[in-house]
Amino acid sequence: MENLIALLVAAPLLGAAVLLCGGRRLDRAGHWIGTLLAAASFVVGVVLFSAMLGYEAEARTMRQHLFSWIPVEGFQADIAFQLDQLSMTFVLLITGVGTLIHIYSIGYMEHDERRRRFFGYLNLFLAAMLLLVIADNYLLLYVGWEGVGLASYLLIGFWQHKPSAATAAKKAFLVNRVGDMGLSVAIMLMFTTFGTFAFGPVLSATGETSEGKLTAIGLMLLLAACGKSAQVPLQSWLGDAMEGPTPVSALIHAATMVTAGVYLIVRSGAIFDAAPDAQLAVVVVGAVTLLFGAIVGCAKDDIKKALAGSTMSQIGYMILAAGLGPIGYVFAIMHLVTHGFFKAGLFLGAGSVMHGMNDEVDMRKYGGLRKYMPVTFVTFGLGYLAIIGFPGLSGFFSKDKIIEAAFAKGGTEGWILGSVALLGAGITAFYMTRVMLMTFFGEKRWQPDAEGREPHPHESPKSMTIPMIVLAFGSVFAGGFFAIGDRFTHWLEPVTRYDHGHAPVSAATVTGATMVVLLAGAALAWAMYGRRPIPVVAPRGSLLTRAARRDLLQDDFNHVVLVRGGEHLTRSLVYVDHSLVDGVVNGTAASFGGLSGRLRKLQNGYARTYAVSMFGGTAVLIAATLLMRAV
Amino acid sequence: MSFPLLTATAALPAIGAIATAAVPAARRTAAKWLALLFSLATLVLAGLVFVRFEPGGDRYQLTESHAWIAEFGVRYELGVDGIGVALLALTALLIPFVILAGWHDADPLETKSSRWRPTQGFFALILMVEAMVILSFEATDVFLFYILFEAMLIPMYFLIGGFGDRAHSGSDENAAAQRSYAAVKFLLYNLAGGLIMLAAVIGLYVVAGSFSLAEIAEARANGSLEMATGTERWLFLGFFFAFAIKAPLWPLHTWLPNAMGEATAPVAVLITAIVDKVGTFAMLRFCLQLFPEASKWATPVIIVLALISIVYGALLAVGQRDIKRLIAYASISHFGFIVLGIFAMTSQGQSGATLYMVNHGISTAALMLVAGFLITRRGSRLIADYGGVQKVAPVLAGTFLIGGLATLSLPGLAPFVSEFLVLVGTFSVYPAAGVIATSGIVLAALYVLVLYQRTMTGPVKAEVRGMPDLRVRELAVALPLIAVLIGLGVYPKPLTEVVNPAVKHTMQDVQKQDPQPEVEAAK
Repeated sequence: MENLIALLVAAPLLGAAVLLCGGRRLDRAGHWIGTLLAAASFVVGVVLFSAMLGYEAEARTMRQHLFSWIPVEGFQADIAFQLDQLSMTFVLLITGVGTLIHIYSIGYMEHDERRRRFFGYLNLFLAAMLLLVIADNYLLLYVGWEGVGLASYLLIGFWQHKPSAATAAKKAFLVNRVGDMGLSVAIMLMFTTFGTFAFGPVLSATGETSEGKLTAIGLMLLLAACGKSAQVPLQSWLGDAMEGPTPVSALIHAATMVTAGVYLIVRSGAIFDAAPDAQLAVVVVGAVTLLFGAIVGCAKDDIKKALAGSTMSQIGYMILAAGLGPIGYVFAIMHLVTHGFFKAGLFLGAGSVMHGMNDEVDMRKYGGLRKYMPVTFVTFGLGYLAIIGFPGLSGFFSKDKIIEAAFAKGGTEGWILGSVALLGAGITAFYMTRVMLMTFFGEKRWQPDAEGREPHPHESPKSMTIPMIVLAFGSVFAGGFFAIGDRFTHWLEPVTRYDHGHAPVSAATVTGATMVVLLAGAALAWAMYGRRPIPVVAPRGSLLTRAARRDLLQDDFNHVVLVRGGEHLTRSLVYVDHSLVDGVVNGTAASFGGLSGRLRKLQNGYARTYAVSMFGGTAVLIAATLLMRAV
Repeated sequence: MSFPLLTATAALPAIGAIATAAVPAARRTAAKWLALLFSLATLVLAGLVFVRFEPGGDRYQLTESHAWIAEFGVRYELGVDGIGVALLALTALLIPFVILAGWHDADPLETKSSRWRPTQGFFALILMVEAMVILSFEATDVFLFYILFEAMLIPMYFLIGGFGDRAHSGSDENAAAQRSYAAVKFLLYNLAGGLIMLAAVIGLYVVAGSFSLAEIAEARANGSLEMATGTERWLFLGFFFAFAIKAPLWPLHTWLPNAMGEATAPVAVLITAIVDKVGTFAMLRFCLQLFPEASKWATPVIIVLALISIVYGALLAVGQRDIKRLIAYASISHFGFIVLGIFAMTSQGQSGATLYMVNHGISTAALMLVAGFLITRRGSRLIADYGGVQKVAPVLAGTFLIGGLATLSLPGLAPFVSEFLVLVGTFSVYPAAGVIATSGIVLAALYVLVLYQRTMTGPVKAEVRGMPDLRVRELAVALPLIAVLIGLGVYPKPLTEVVNPAVKHTMQDVQKQDPQPEVEAAK
């Protein structure tokens, strides 16, 4: 059974290879090949899952060792896999949602002449993401980590003829590389500390080193997580990443890849548990991003960018939970899974809306779409209820648990974190209600586009609506299924451990408070966007609104400091290299042998000079040796 | 007496060079095929060396030794260790692709205004360089090595100065002047290094009374040859200076962008992927082995220079407007990594540096040769003259991207393995240097992706429209190189197996041991 693990990665990898190298003759079947191989990977995942359920809870880890990857003195890196409950959860999420999104893309990308390549990239993404979660050591994880970055780069920039898409793709890769530096340094630190970077030996030996070392490793891992999971201060790429086709936004930039940072922190739990300072940094990053993303989400008129802000914020919740230690690990992952369902569903819904609206993304030009797209409306609506934490739906269980856990952290810290998480829930209700109202309610606000084409909103084909329906089911029931009887906690506990913490307030109080802020947020949104007609042109807005529209000015900061500064630096260095370094070296040489002075004049007679110097050199050598013999 | 395999690997391309040069002027195509055939036969011989070499055996294998200039104790001594085998294989592997990629680079021009191009000469010179480079990887006599180190400048000089890139923005005269300048600069820089090395070679002979690497190393190891600290340091500097010019290390690097920019793409590959490797190879073989104490003495300065090379080269690459100069500066950054790995003096660093030499050769060849195909199509080296190429020539763009991804050391491709080994090997002894070098991965992503974005994506430029995709000959160059990059990225074991024992020997030479992991050290 364990030998099947490699198949998880091999199937989509094969798909990527075939689709990307196959050429035009595969154009007609490419999307089916891609979808089938994604589904194959899902089936393998299910088979392994059922096998895993057959083992004792404490003995469920399966391993497969393929070969020794980089055998160098004192350095051991293997191509080896480890499938435990944590990895398994991800495998099912990735392959399950992944397959659904492949199916959806068949319809969504139907009119794109490069559809085969799109499926090739999607398969490549699945392979890399699966490698990331089943690797048994950090270096192999790193391969998957950068592999998903590559797939993300290729897919954000899929419509490369659009300069904005190409720029967004590059930006995503670069910001991620900054995070990757962190992962790189973390692995090096592990190597010098533990002599290895395999999960088992590292995570079981944390007690044998100093807290300082572990804090350093933890902070570096956090940097990596910030890049991949779009957390402050490395969040700026996610909004731009919405340039990619919408299925990509759903799969990579909502449900799976961007959650890799959460996986990394939960996987490295033993390191963080022993490094409280690093943990503190994690919760701070999570709490800040939670609010940051939510505020940005409130101001965006682009439906995908509003959802992207929301993604950032929800991952902030997960990171916050992961930073709480054993109190939060389980809930970080639980929210990650339910979020995978409802956010993927919301994005697919947004894609369906765009599909029917000539690819319009501005919500100010939507309105009243519920009549035209009933299936999209209902599935999107269920996703909406799930994300705001409507009682009984998925988000209710998973988010509530994180808020409780934040309070349970204890002390002032617990109060602050809990309040931030609570506040975030209110803002979530606000911006999601806003999206819902602007898109599906009110009067129709669309107009003919520049080419005079009037949108004819219509329901999307079955290949698109069925995945949306399936995800809506997940959005409704997954949370309850996980939470009732603490099923999810029992499932993950052997890997992540679980601790109740000391809640200063009862769970019921937290739930009650959450309901209050939720209603307040939704009511405010209704007052602003439901009761009044929505202007097609965005009003100027308050200072905060304007800042939030510009991603709270982070891009402006980056542009001025990094882009402009960088340009000045490289330009002046080009000058320095050309005139200074070159000049000084030539000049030094000139002062010795007059080489530089002749450099430009020497276009003729060079061979002679050369011959003379060779000859001269040899003559000196011979003379010297003869002299030696004489002595 | 057994078959002199090592001599044969060098003699074969040399004979090929003479044979190619002898083909009558009218039979141009025949000369190309002949050159290709000889390079492939050399590859077969190199493969034989690789197979015959026993990783667990003696340090130097397949040795040959003959008296040469008996009067001065100069011997024709050959032998390879794992590092030599790896670089020999790299050279023999790349030359057929260089020839294939440069298939039309030396065709006579139709317009009469330009010079006649001696096709035969171009390919003969490439084979000549191959012969000399291979022999220099095999030479275990210091004087023999020196002769080759210098002699290979002559064919290189003619390749750069005589067969420049036709894609040039200026007038013909202007192009010729710049080409001449680049060629002369290349020659003078390397010559200056060579002359200083010559002094050191003589000095070594004066001190040691021998040119034989094995003899001197043996004498040093068993204490029969004492070197005064000052003497050793001066000799070390003499050697190192020459190698640092060839490698090239900051601030001695400025000849490289000129040479790589003005030469045709295949010749640029010849320079950076093959000839320059003699410099880093020689640091490992001669500097560390002959002057271990001086090497350790100079380490701090060299590490700093290597770090400057890494960051400075990458920043300069970001600022370039010329595709080929960009790749040249990227190479300077990569040479910084190689030197860093060598002088970190850890097993991982040195294995990494050796793998880096091989992987950088292959990845730069892939990137530069495809860039050459692109440049030939449009007739310009300026990045700004391109845009939207992926729309009209997707395969070209795809292979270019893979070459670029290899250059930025994407995991899964070969350069990642070597770069990470160098970083880890450095970090374990000099953490700060390791972290600074790691910033190179961000900068590499920057220059590669900016290059790709500006040339390949965006709206299709008018001049680019109608650009044909890669032809069969060009695919025959790009695809095998990509296959090797993936192969060595996933399964580098065949290479590490050969390299590991050689690194162990070098570590013994410098009497260094890898630092113990903290957890084990505590036990």
